[in-house]
Amino acid sequence: MDASADLLINALISGLLLGGFYAAVSVGVAISFGMLDIVNIAHPAVILLGSYVAFIGNTVFGIDPILATVITLPVFYLLGMVAYQVYYVAFERRDDQSLRGLSFFFGILFIAEVGLILSFGVDYRSVQAWYVSGNLNLGIIELPWRLLVPFLLGMAMVVGLQLYLSRTFIGRAIQAVAQDQQALRLMAANPTKIKRIAFGLSFATAALGGAALIIIQPVEPSIGREYIGRVFAICVLGGLGSFPGMMIAAVTLGIVENLTATFFGPSWAPAVAFGVLLVTLAVRPSGILGR
Amino acid sequence: MASLVAKDAEREAPRGLGHVAFILVMVAVAAVVFMITRSIGNSYAFFAAYVVVQYMVLGTAWNILGGYTGYVNFGVTAFFAIGAYSTVVLHKLTPWMPLPAMILIGGVMAALVGLGTGYLTLRLRGVFFSIATLALAVVVQTLITNWDFVGGARGAYVMRPRIAPLIGGDYIQYLFLVMLGLCVIALATARAIERSALGYGFAAIRDDEAAAEASGVPTLGLKLIATALSGGFMGMAGAPLPYYVTYLDPSSGFSLNYAVNAIAMPLIGGTSSWLGPIVGAILVGGLQEYIRVTISSAVNVLVAGVLMVAFVILAPQGIVGLFQRKKR
Repeated sequence: MDASADLLINALISGLLLGGFYAAVSVGVAISFGMLDIVNIAHPAVILLGSYVAFIGNTVFGIDPILATVITLPVFYLLGMVAYQVYYVAFERRDDQSLRGLSFFFGILFIAEVGLILSFGVDYRSVQAWYVSGNLNLGIIELPWRLLVPFLLGMAMVVGLQLYLSRTFIGRAIQAVAQDQQALRLMAANPTKIKRIAFGLSFATAALGGAALIIIQPVEPSIGREYIGRVFAICVLGGLGSFPGMMIAAVTLGIVENLTATFFGPSWAPAVAFGVLLVTLAVRPSGILGR
Repeated sequence: MASLVAKDAEREAPRGLGHVAFILVMVAVAAVVFMITRSIGNSYAFFAAYVVVQYMVLGTAWNILGGYTGYVNFGVTAFFAIGAYSTVVLHKLTPWMPLPAMILIGGVMAALVGLGTGYLTLRLRGVFFSIATLALAVVVQTLITNWDFVGGARGAYVMRPRIAPLIGGDYIQYLFLVMLGLCVIALATARAIERSALGYGFAAIRDDEAAAEASGVPTLGLKLIATALSGGFMGMAGAPLPYYVTYLDPSSGFSLNYAVNAIAMPLIGGTSSWLGPIVGAILVGGLQEYIRVTISSAVNVLVAGVLMVAFVILAPQGIVGLFQRKKR
């Protein structure tokens, strides 16, 4: 096989896998930004918090990194509910989301980053597990477990959340809150309570996303910033709040980034998300599957 | 200087000084500040005071867009670094060029980037602009890191002249003087905007953009003016940086501290008037210098973030707002 065609196929496949991982880190923003209209730019910081939980669970207690974050899911869920309550009382009720609400999350992002630097330093941290190295051999192609496991985790999260949102009462209420708060109130459901639950869920997905992140690459406290552009580019391109759209966008970004890294060098990859975001906003702000 | 400025504001409270008188007062204040700093006779005083005045310019620049029109720019570091790196380029190509000219060029470059980003994103809801500016900071950093001419990831050394032009003494005195001058220009611009038709247009956008648009306010044009002015001043604030630090690399030039401080200072001081960013910069900048010396430089960066979160929750009108409410 031709060398560059080989490279191309490899870039496409690992881009697809990377896309599944991007879905795992973006699904929380698809809920908070897409459905609740809360622009939580601190989401990547919460993801990083999840990564460090996986790191501590793995190095101190010797358990599987994904299991470590699964154990702490209730903590992240509660943290999300508290964050929403503060946001609701201080900004949403005063109708001051745009300037001060945004700055609030920016401040949280910064405090989390500095807090992580103060407690863990700026060194890169990684985890040990059987799937961090090695490949799954499928004849002509080799799939690294390091990419495959986060891909499967992301897929499981998206499918699970989609089922929850379409099949359960609370899940449907979350979708309803995005469309018409007043109507929800008439159905005797409290929009604030529903939003609190949804924001808790969004934080919980960030914990799992953090485990996926530290499996794919070693992390350091400021790495979260690179993901701000990515997750928001994916959510905007996917058409806010639509999971299928988000999946397509995540895989697209994964493949384009991988092709860029293969043919122009990995140091250019962070610029791709911004390009995608700008083009989307300029050409089709409602996203590929937007209403 | 804090009390001087505050007194000045009280005196002019209802209608205020004319523009020329305001500039003269500001120049006098700046001259007094410079003489006081010089009388300390210690170059640390200049280094510390430079940082505070630099944040006054950055905070005022952010406030022109954020405070007056309500659009949040998180990409302060991008504009700041564009100014700084344009100086690095000019220093390599035309080392004879005087610093004020370099500052002007850095400002124009940053203003153009602001104009471009704004043109693509400002027709949508404000949050999209904010998200785009966050991503802009990452992409500009990627570009600079990959650009070998300005040192790439390794960074660039910029030799500072030993002697200051015009005033003599150490070069840091000249840098401080230039930054003070920039601060006077930024403040005069911000105050002039507040009292002009432009300022009323900005306020109309902030309070209800749809209503403003419906009443014939050219919202996109006004937002672009605000973005260009704001970005331009950020670039100008960053332009002298290479001479200040003498070694500039992407991770220090794009430090999140700049963005957090530039946003925190107006929000803490109060976003509704030119006075807010100044009060915030003196308070937070002074506190940071104090903590850096007495506790540690790791804790001092936390101050701005924690104070900002506390203020947006507990005192959304900032210090100036608290003060005005009491007076009423």
